[in-house]
Amino acid sequence: MVKEENESPNRPDNTAFTQQRLPAWQPMLSAGIVIPGFVLIGLAFIGIGVALLITSRNIQVLELDYTGTEQNSPCFQCSDPDKQNCVCTLQFSINRLFEGPVFFYYGLSNYFQNYRRYGVSRDDGQLYGDLSYFKEPYDQCEPYRYDRNKRPIVPCGSVVNSLFNDTFRLFQIVNGQQKEVPLDGKGIAWWTDYNIKFRNPTVTPLRNAFNGTVKPLFWPRPAYELDTSDPANNGFINQDFLVWMRRAALPDFRKLYRRITEGDYTNGLPAGNYSLEIAYNYPVLSFNGRKMVVFSNVSWMGGKNEFLGIAYLVIGTLCVVMSVVMLIVYAKFKFPEEE
Amino acid sequence: MERHEWMRHQCRKLFVRERDQGAMSTQSSEDSHPPPLKFKAKRTISVGHWPHQQEYRDVAQSYKGNIIHTTKYSLLTFIPMNLFQQFHRAANLYFLFLILLNWVPVVEAFQKEITMIPLLVVLTVIAVKDALEDYRRYLSDKKINNRIVQVYCGKQNAYIGKRWKDVQVGDFIRLSCNDVIPADILLLYSSDPHGICYIETANLDGETNLKQRQMVSGLPLQGVEFNPASCFIRIECENPTNDLCTFRGFIEHYSGACAGLDNMNLLLRSCTIRNTETVVGIVVYAGHETKAMMNNSGPRYKCSHLEKDLNNEILWCVLLLVMMCLTTAIGHGLWLKQFKHTVFLVDEDMPPALAGFYVFWTMIIVLQVMIPISLYVSIEIVKLGQIYFIQNDLDLYNEHAGCRIQCRALNITENLGQIRYLFSDKTGTLTENNMVFRRCSIYGIEYPHVENGCRLEMYEAKENEAAGCSVTLKSACRGKSLSCRSLSCNRSSLSLHTLAAESEEDRQLSNDFLPLTSAFCSRMAKEVIPDPDLVNKLSRLCAPMLLSGDVTFETTSSLELNYITDFFLALAICNTVVVSSPMQSQHSAQSQTLSKSLDGIKLLFQRSSLPLFSALATHSPTRSRGSHGKTDDIFHSRNSYSNGASDNEEDMRNERGAENDTDNELMYEAVSPDEAALVHAAKAYHCTLRGRSADSFLVDLPGIGAMTVRLLHILPFDCNRKRMSVVVRHPLTGQVVVLTKGADSAIMNLLETPKGGEQAQETDIHIREQTQKHVDNYAREGLRTLCIARKVLEEEEYEVWLKGQLLAESNIDNREELLKVSAEKLETNLTLLGTTGILDRLQEDVPETIESLQRAGIKVWVLTGDKQETAVNIAYACKLIHPSDQILTVNCQSKDDCAALLEDLKLEVQCSQERISQKKTAEDHGGLSSGSKVGFILVIDGRTLNWTLEDASNCFLELSHSCKAVICCRSTPLQKSQVVRLIRDKLKVMTLAVGDGANDVSMIQVADVGIGISGQEGMQAVMSSDFAISRFKHLCRLLLVHGHWCFSRLANMMLYFIYKNVMFVNLLFWYQFFCGFSGSVMTNSWVLILFNLFFTSIPPLIYGILDKDIPAEQLMRVSELYQAVHASQASPPFVFWFTVLDAFYQSLVCFFVPYFAYVGSDIGELAFGSPINASALLIILLHQVIESHTLTWIHVFVLVVSAGSYFVFVLLFSVCCLTCSPPTNPVGVEMLQMSQPLFYIVCTLTTVTALMPRLLFRTIHNTMHLSALIQTSLREVE
Repeated sequence: MVKEENESPNRPDNTAFTQQRLPAWQPMLSAGIVIPGFVLIGLAFIGIGVALLITSRNIQVLELDYTGTEQNSPCFQCSDPDKQNCVCTLQFSINRLFEGPVFFYYGLSNYFQNYRRYGVSRDDGQLYGDLSYFKEPYDQCEPYRYDRNKRPIVPCGSVVNSLFNDTFRLFQIVNGQQKEVPLDGKGIAWWTDYNIKFRNPTVTPLRNAFNGTVKPLFWPRPAYELDTSDPANNGFINQDFLVWMRRAALPDFRKLYRRITEGDYTNGLPAGNYSLEIAYNYPVLSFNGRKMVVFSNVSWMGGKNEFLGIAYLVIGTLCVVMSVVMLIVYAKFKFPEEE
Repeated sequence: MERHEWMRHQCRKLFVRERDQGAMSTQSSEDSHPPPLKFKAKRTISVGHWPHQQEYRDVAQSYKGNIIHTTKYSLLTFIPMNLFQQFHRAANLYFLFLILLNWVPVVEAFQKEITMIPLLVVLTVIAVKDALEDYRRYLSDKKINNRIVQVYCGKQNAYIGKRWKDVQVGDFIRLSCNDVIPADILLLYSSDPHGICYIETANLDGETNLKQRQMVSGLPLQGVEFNPASCFIRIECENPTNDLCTFRGFIEHYSGACAGLDNMNLLLRSCTIRNTETVVGIVVYAGHETKAMMNNSGPRYKCSHLEKDLNNEILWCVLLLVMMCLTTAIGHGLWLKQFKHTVFLVDEDMPPALAGFYVFWTMIIVLQVMIPISLYVSIEIVKLGQIYFIQNDLDLYNEHAGCRIQCRALNITENLGQIRYLFSDKTGTLTENNMVFRRCSIYGIEYPHVENGCRLEMYEAKENEAAGCSVTLKSACRGKSLSCRSLSCNRSSLSLHTLAAESEEDRQLSNDFLPLTSAFCSRMAKEVIPDPDLVNKLSRLCAPMLLSGDVTFETTSSLELNYITDFFLALAICNTVVVSSPMQSQHSAQSQTLSKSLDGIKLLFQRSSLPLFSALATHSPTRSRGSHGKTDDIFHSRNSYSNGASDNEEDMRNERGAENDTDNELMYEAVSPDEAALVHAAKAYHCTLRGRSADSFLVDLPGIGAMTVRLLHILPFDCNRKRMSVVVRHPLTGQVVVLTKGADSAIMNLLETPKGGEQAQETDIHIREQTQKHVDNYAREGLRTLCIARKVLEEEEYEVWLKGQLLAESNIDNREELLKVSAEKLETNLTLLGTTGILDRLQEDVPETIESLQRAGIKVWVLTGDKQETAVNIAYACKLIHPSDQILTVNCQSKDDCAALLEDLKLEVQCSQERISQKKTAEDHGGLSSGSKVGFILVIDGRTLNWTLEDASNCFLELSHSCKAVICCRSTPLQKSQVVRLIRDKLKVMTLAVGDGANDVSMIQVADVGIGISGQEGMQAVMSSDFAISRFKHLCRLLLVHGHWCFSRLANMMLYFIYKNVMFVNLLFWYQFFCGFSGSVMTNSWVLILFNLFFTSIPPLIYGILDKDIPAEQLMRVSELYQAVHASQASPPFVFWFTVLDAFYQSLVCFFVPYFAYVGSDIGELAFGSPINASALLIILLHQVIESHTLTWIHVFVLVVSAGSYFVFVLLFSVCCLTCSPPTNPVGVEMLQMSQPLFYIVCTLTTVTALMPRLLFRTIHNTMHLSALIQTSLREVE
């Protein structure tokens, strides 16, 4: 009798796939596999946690609030919204060398850059240098799209309009003399923003591109005059403008203002007294916000953050504890079977 | 003579009509006036020149042509119609609502095109599926429409080939053998001399036995050659209906002759012409108006319970969504209130309440993924995948029949995993329905057919062997036939002499003609090994000359021989078996040269019957007068027939030598398999039915050869009489004989009171007692018994009865009733000849299957139409009843008794159960395990069941609840479905009904899962079923393995889907607390939408199709798992909320770990979302890894591809998308984030923390729960 397989056309294929016999790994998560796994994960986490914690501890941070709501604050008189072009000076001292490179941030709290209607209100086409959007801005820019005379606002929108406009100058007081600390404003924005996403119109001089448009309502100067000191840092690729346009995720945020990398301060800010001259412009009282400046140095893991290190330690420890608990459970339920 | 002809015609008509149960009585006698037509809606078809021909033409315009379109759409209408149909789904409307909502500027959350993506994807997927299905239908339509058929063309006066679609109502169509009928056709001409045409309706209802159709009679059409050119007829018939069994109308010929039309005259579309050379008919209904097309209904839809649960869960999701949106809306209002003239506020004039209201709708759009709408599409895909695997399971493949399981309902796979009650038919379901003649008793003497029994056992062994080594049907058959042949040769050579050897040869050859589908002619039924004693006795008949002179002729009296011959004659002809052969000589009742000994035999026969028919001699002159003398008549008719036959079919052999060939080709096609079994049994004793026509049989008689038996009447089987009879003129004695075959209960009451001489009386009583004893024995063995009886009619008696019968036939109003009365009048004073025991073997592995199912917690009920003894015996045989079980029989005579008895039994059961439990506890204390469990089996008969269902259904339910099994005997189809409905509705459990015959259809349709067994009794059960299997044993694997898998897979997948959506959506929700509840998202909106639609959608599908929580072998071995795992999963509220809680936890971790890691820093909005999304993806995918029970390379591949596609997409997107998708333009975000180590530190911490509880839970659960479950069940098995 000859055995001929698969002669009948109706016969199902005898393959591992159709017969559901594919070789399979069964992650039967038995204690036997999980306990060593947990121990390993736990130990690794504790290691990472220690490293993170040490790194974080080594980061120096100096925060200075200059909102000026308190009477004794040097900026108290500037916090009056009616006061124009107010300048206040903040004195502070550093005990030991603030290691460089030092990052100079300004910080805002209770400021909702992530408010949906605020975030929507911008015109990426304009900011890409597309002149067609100069005449007719994106409709989401309302109510910062046209001025009262129906002239288009360039750049339009709420985000642009609310550009942070306090400026800072930092002086080291050396022998009673104010020595200005050079602040490096280059490269504080994202590379992609500066080179790809934002572009000035290819019109020279730049101001010609803005003919027939008006500056945003809150701005003191039009976009092509944002930085009077450096002509290349104007228009939509102004670094401060770029930093502001990258909206913060959370209502308490800081944004990079400058870096201190030049001259005598390449290695950081030496110990001593400093004074910070603040051109106080930005109103924050209406939303109970606070303004501050932050000096910080950064590590491979970013700014100072104790949370991650602690969390890693906690989870790592938990894993180890769990593996012990499981060992007990395992002993209780696995051993009787083997009898 | 004229009168005689008329009678014959009547007989034929009756015969023909009664073969068709549904025939209506519009066909009156052939008088020229048209019969009164009862139908109002009618259609007229006229051919030739008639008055009002123009009017007819106008009417005929409205008749549909024969072109068919089963497609739903055309190229132009596809998009609008498909869209229209798809928007009938609530889910799609929801999507549409979201899109429209997004068009409202104040609530707009995303760009308009992004919100459309989900709907577009869902619509496209479904539309592609629909389009493919429709295209397949289009192709098949095209193929069918372009088939060629011979249509008469008036101009050319010839039949020309036309395409099916060009056929019109009123066309004459000529069909040849094996042609498929293109439209509903009125049969006007058949090449068959009797005007009969055979059709096979397999395409229509799957039944493979041939059915007879009769050409229109009573018209001057029956010429030698039918010529449509001269055929002027007018047909009036009812408008098209979908009733396959009725057709009413009348036909009027130009000559004025009229005739009624009924279903017997109609050839239905898509049937096949068989065994008839040429047929001509006129098209009555065409195309979509044919009965076949009107019966074409779509697939069945049964609601899945799991999907009902799902709807509940989705309602919870909706509630959750609304709550989240409300929270956001209120939060936003409060948040807005605290600000005045703030630099970042955009539209300060808007009142906070209104802003909150807008935010509510914005959030509905943002959180839309909360409602897992894609789940419905996913479930459909997953079920298709599951069905693919069910259909491809080799273990559900029947090697012999070459058929797989058919899944006809596509949406209830998971119901298979929740079955609590199984209702089974007996015959054909538990048993083979392969009726095999096992033994018989004639003249009160039992012939045990020992070798026949051995053969059946051998066959079984062979079959198992064959099933073991996977050989194909053909080779297996050949192998078996060889071995069987040699076996039977060895065994029977002693007793069968040369006859046996000859028949062996026949059998061998006949195998090659065995078609796969001719199930009734299975070898087992065919090869009956005769009992040596009986053969010995019969061989006396073969050599009568020797016998007459033989002095040692004492064992077999001539009376007994007479009984035996008539017994086998009855087996051979008292049936409705159609004899067919590939050579279309099915009813060529030609004779061959008579053997010389015939006269001697006849003499012997008459002499031996003398004691019985003592009155016969005196009446013989009368008889001679009626039929030209009995012997002469036979010879005369045979000779004349022989001449006629040889004229027509000259190539047909008259020689005995050629007989073998015809013998080989004989195929019996019977309506019920036991008829075929009896014919085969008769054949084994060389009493072979060679052919039949409307008024005669051609039968081989042992030792005599072929003889024509004149058929006078058939009194067909009906359920009330439980018997059928044929009235024939006996070939040997020439007397009018009634041969009756029926259930013992029906026959025993109709026997004549013993009369005649004292000795004869004694013999008679003896025979009756012995036979009754044998019948009881057979029933106890589980055999089906049929009693055979006969009655010899005096000519006068026959004449009297004939008058009544003809009167009944010609009556129009209550013809059926009168015929029944007439039949009952005839079937009295019968003489018992003997009884047969037909074996209906259990299917293989039935006891194991039932035991396994019972262990799985499924209650098995048997609902059968058989009688109680047989049912109980089969129940014993298939181990539904164990010897230790207590049987509670409920057979009551009245309603009140019934209720009282049920109450009594309930009490009894309760008492004994208490006793058992007490005993058990005592035993448990003693440390002994209970050895045998006593179960209760309720046996109830049909009549009592009826009362029970009417009044005492609650009592019945309670009683049956405490019984291990219930057997309902003598139940009607309606009762079967009532029982199923009772259990389904009252107990709210999942029910399964399995059956194979038309009587199970209602039960199959009522049950939650209907399973049809494609067996011997046609395809009706299969056509109405959800799943069609070929063997009962397949149920075990279907339920325990596939049912379990499908259920757990689907349940797990649905939970996973909900988990996934809740988890992801909550991330967005938590963010609202930090963005002033303004509906901001920290993710690019494309990523947001695609996250659910693509990046995390394929793994759950694979999970739902391929996951195996427990290996198949274990599921089969430990049936308890079916119940246990189901029970653990049967608390969806708990599992659902547990899953939702876990999702909440995970999303909290997934959001707040990055939050604390980045709080106070200069993190941008999208940069913040980047690690959250990445870790959410990892968590969701790894969660599935934890939940999966098996991981194959497919899983791994899909998981890796899903994760990979996400990262590739976001990276590419962050490079390429320059000004797109404001306000969440992603340029540079991911590039920058992924280049920072903090990203990975955060993702790792988030993922591990989020998954830890689930991992812990799984581990502990697996260690404690599952292993314990498996261990205990294993222990139980041991």
